[in-house]
Amino acid sequence: MSNDNNEQNDLNSAPTASGFRAYKERVLALGNDSFEKTIVVALALCLVCAVFVSLSAVALKPLQAYNKALDMKKNILDVAGLLNEDTDIDQAFKTQIQAKIIDLKTGDYDDSINVDIFDQRKAAKDPEQNVAIPRKADIASIKVKSKKAKVYLVKTDGQISSIILPVHGYGLWSTMYGFLALDADGQTVQSISFYDQAETPGLGGEVVNPDWRALWKGKQLYNADLVPVLRLVKGVVDKSKPGAEHKIDGLAGATLTSNGVSNLIRYWMGNEGFAPYLNKVRTTKGKEGV
Amino acid sequence: MKAETKKVLVDPLVDNNPITLQVLGICSALAVTSQMKTSIIMAIALTVVVACSSAAISMVRNHIPSSIRIIVQMTIIASLVIVVDQILKAFVYDVSKQLSVFVGLIITNCIVMGRAEAYAMKNSPWDSFVDGIGNGLGYSLILLIVAFFRELFGAGKLFGIEILKLTKDGGWYEPNGLMLLPPSAFFIIGLIIWAFRSWKPAQVESADFKISSIAHGEGGHH
Repeated sequence: MSNDNNEQNDLNSAPTASGFRAYKERVLALGNDSFEKTIVVALALCLVCAVFVSLSAVALKPLQAYNKALDMKKNILDVAGLLNEDTDIDQAFKTQIQAKIIDLKTGDYDDSINVDIFDQRKAAKDPEQNVAIPRKADIASIKVKSKKAKVYLVKTDGQISSIILPVHGYGLWSTMYGFLALDADGQTVQSISFYDQAETPGLGGEVVNPDWRALWKGKQLYNADLVPVLRLVKGVVDKSKPGAEHKIDGLAGATLTSNGVSNLIRYWMGNEGFAPYLNKVRTTKGKEGV
Repeated sequence: MKAETKKVLVDPLVDNNPITLQVLGICSALAVTSQMKTSIIMAIALTVVVACSSAAISMVRNHIPSSIRIIVQMTIIASLVIVVDQILKAFVYDVSKQLSVFVGLIITNCIVMGRAEAYAMKNSPWDSFVDGIGNGLGYSLILLIVAFFRELFGAGKLFGIEILKLTKDGGWYEPNGLMLLPPSAFFIIGLIIWAFRSWKPAQVESADFKISSIAHGEGGHH
């Protein structure tokens, strides 16, 4: 009983510096296996570690955000085929890539939004800027999408030479975020790149493998009825068979990731996604409205 | 430097190497060694974590309740690994993307836990720190040897610089695809262990390390 009283007193006096010191000394003197010391040591350790970890996370956040943005620009340049080893990324992005906001529903450019500030991934989470995708239509398993999308254009002699579209969809473990680069015909694939994904390293994670990504070049998105049919198939595509231009080798050992990639292409190139925009680009031949 | 400290530092390089003798830390040694660059970053990350965690654990070793001993060690190690991961993301973003989960897996690397439990719990912070550096360097040495062969023969490069001209670029060297896959690290580590034990027969014949015990007690997990 007296022991209980002592503890009570110590706890009450804990806020004062000298009381704290006395308490610390008493705890340090306790046997290592006593109940009280176990709890105090565990709490103190958690506190110290938590402060340490959160300080480093907060302090390094600006640098990490900058790196992330730079990595995204690098991916856009890469998918546009403009990335060399000694490219100054910020500079190349500024001079060669033009970002545009489009309205997904109508497919028109929307210049009322500041393109530098607009973040499509943030907008997709904002109830004022997003729209829920009906379950049936949600083949990419993303639940919501931003009403506006940020596309990137590369122009040569005033004419669009690449259209770079942001795409995302669920794979096996993660939502994969990437870019798809198309010719101005809105049909021929130039390249694809995923800048944010957490699929199994070595299997689904091979979506970032340059050799696999090179297989996308020249593939055709739509069939004659303008339905997006490009997809990944199991094994290696037989180039001699008809329809090979709509098929890409699946990733070995990563069926679900491969399905995820097929689905996100089908979704984003369909009417819910960029089809209205691509139709407009095709009819204007990429000249107007840019 | 005191003789004892020097021994603690140098011993894990060859005589008591965590990978070749204790066969610990194999998991990441297989996973990240397809390139020199990722291997070096991983080696530095692990060395920093094992040295700092050993020192930190050693500092509080007299006050760690034995009932939560492992949890305390894990918490300290995990915090350090998160900090290292944050630093990598801030300063070498590309490499941190390539290392992906393997930085996080330093937490479960047997070398870190093994040194905490076997050395840091009984020795002073400075000695534990040096012991951590030594073991980290032992791990790094093997990692770099493996990465050297894998990158050179798998991609014809070292640190991304072309050494052997590949046939697809008009050169003479046909790269060995197996070298880029994790199993090749198994072969290379096996050969290194063979070489070490031929060079230092004591590693084979010491009484507490009979071949028959490999199957039961000595196999590392990760």
